[in-house]
Amino acid sequence: MRKIYVHRAGPGVTVQDLGREGWLSQGLSRGGAADRLALAEGAALLHQPTELAALEIAGSFLNLEVSAPVRIALTGAPMRAVCDGAPLVWNASHALPGGARLELSGSEGGYSYVHFGGGIDAPVMLGARSAHLAAKLGRMLVAQDSLALGPDSGSRTGMTFTPLPRFNGGLLRLVETPQTRLFSPEQRSRFTQTAFRKDARANRMGQRLVCPSEGFGADTGLSILSETIVPGDVQITGDGAPFVLLSECQTTGGYPRIGTVLPCDLPRLVQAPAHADLHFAFVSMEDAIALERAEADRRDGLGRALRPLIRNLHDIPDLLAYQLVSGVTRGDELEGCKP
Amino acid sequence: MTPFPDIADTLHWPRVHTIGVDGMLVCFSDRLDEAANRAALAFRKALEDADLQGVLETSTSLASVYLRFDLRMTDHAAMRAALDALLHEDDWYMATLPTGRTLWHVPAVFGTELAPQLDEAAAMAGLSPDQAISALCAEPLRVQAIGFAPGQPYLGQLPPEWDIPRQTGLTPQVPEGALAVAIRQMVLFSVSTPTGWRHVGQTALPLFRPDQPEPFTLRPGDDVQFVAVTREEFENIRRNDTLGGATSQMAD
Repeated sequence: MRKIYVHRAGPGVTVQDLGREGWLSQGLSRGGAADRLALAEGAALLHQPTELAALEIAGSFLNLEVSAPVRIALTGAPMRAVCDGAPLVWNASHALPGGARLELSGSEGGYSYVHFGGGIDAPVMLGARSAHLAAKLGRMLVAQDSLALGPDSGSRTGMTFTPLPRFNGGLLRLVETPQTRLFSPEQRSRFTQTAFRKDARANRMGQRLVCPSEGFGADTGLSILSETIVPGDVQITGDGAPFVLLSECQTTGGYPRIGTVLPCDLPRLVQAPAHADLHFAFVSMEDAIALERAEADRRDGLGRALRPLIRNLHDIPDLLAYQLVSGVTRGDELEGCKP
Repeated sequence: MTPFPDIADTLHWPRVHTIGVDGMLVCFSDRLDEAANRAALAFRKALEDADLQGVLETSTSLASVYLRFDLRMTDHAAMRAALDALLHEDDWYMATLPTGRTLWHVPAVFGTELAPQLDEAAAMAGLSPDQAISALCAEPLRVQAIGFAPGQPYLGQLPPEWDIPRQTGLTPQVPEGALAVAIRQMVLFSVSTPTGWRHVGQTALPLFRPDQPEPFTLRPGDDVQFVAVTREEFENIRRNDTLGGATSQMAD
């Protein structure tokens, strides 16, 4: 069985897939990758189902070794990726020979993903392989861990694509919640005119935002009935700062929600670096639905947007070892990280 | 449909709200209410049985039903029409409780350093600590919803004197199994967590055991009767009983 061995792992390295559905009524949120788009991108690069599990690196580092030849893809927040001394291009697929060591470092925050051909064959817990840290399902990886890989029916590597821009903050579009109008028009207006930044305190449950001016509030008191919460909900907690619920959020809560971020904009929030401004804007439900459907179509078409990876010749350490036909490479023949 | 019904403009129950882009919430009340809770449990069962095209997941909270659907298999108008039709099929407030409910007896220590806010909560309810313990153990409490954390029940409804607010500040950490009170409800915490609810009792009941064939101990609609035990009895239970001394029987 093909395996990966973890030599070093920073905090926040977990196995993630699309999460588990069907347990909300028992208090367990879906969980799954913080940036679900990055999972779809990795699946497209390796031409395999989006449901397969990958490794998520939450702004730290990871060194691993593969026991046998594997295909990998690198997506999400860019990191410095080195395989046995040779740099690997981010947002691309690569072939690693058996015994290769992969070192990922230099994260500037956000969530990075390593996908493997065949996916990670971690134990299925309540229908998914995702670690759900808040529910104590699974755990962060540590040195000495080893993980099995599933059988890989694909062979193509050396492909790349241009990812959806989402690594510099920007606009987060919202729809209203049943509590939106508990906030005064002035509060709502000020909310959409404020430039927020991410608070350093964040985890897979939610992201607190730093508010440069006074906080926000609705006149609901301390006795509001706990009601269903969904990822993307922007909860205004006691201190007036917005708290955006993410993949591992609680399933119910008693704080009022000023709005809900569209699922297609959540990757922009989770991937925003600490210094980037984030803005909110309400959109109509009709517009929100159209945006979601368009993004779902775009996501389904990722496989058609791939192109062969042409390496910058200066990045190839041993250029003369390659046989170049008319000076053009197809890309994938350069992909063994041990040329 | 109006995409954003203004709740102040809607006079009639039940109400249907959108939740996010791909969800709807059928609310039977904005207050904790036995009939609304039964309505929510029964309506969710009917919704599951109806097996509507595009519905991905349903759940209940205290007085409402949430459903999430696939925007590429259905749309808001179709989903809203299906919900309205289903709502008209029955008087959901007259629904009976689900069948197959379980009555649990759960040992708990009230007060002591294990549950330090009993005296404070009792005083807010106008009771002595002993009266408070008797009141909290007088009758079974209904699992009105499971939520916030895996397997974690909202239990109610307590008599009106227990309509005490949450604290303004948070208790930094209550342990797993903590029993806390506010707004005529108790929460039995399935994980160690900060909370604004007052910690009045401590149990050893595990609520979420992912490695077991039945990972969740309680279900919405179950009854839970707390049984006051001494600190010594509790420590003995905690050492020797993986179910925290809890026993179960059919409720009906």
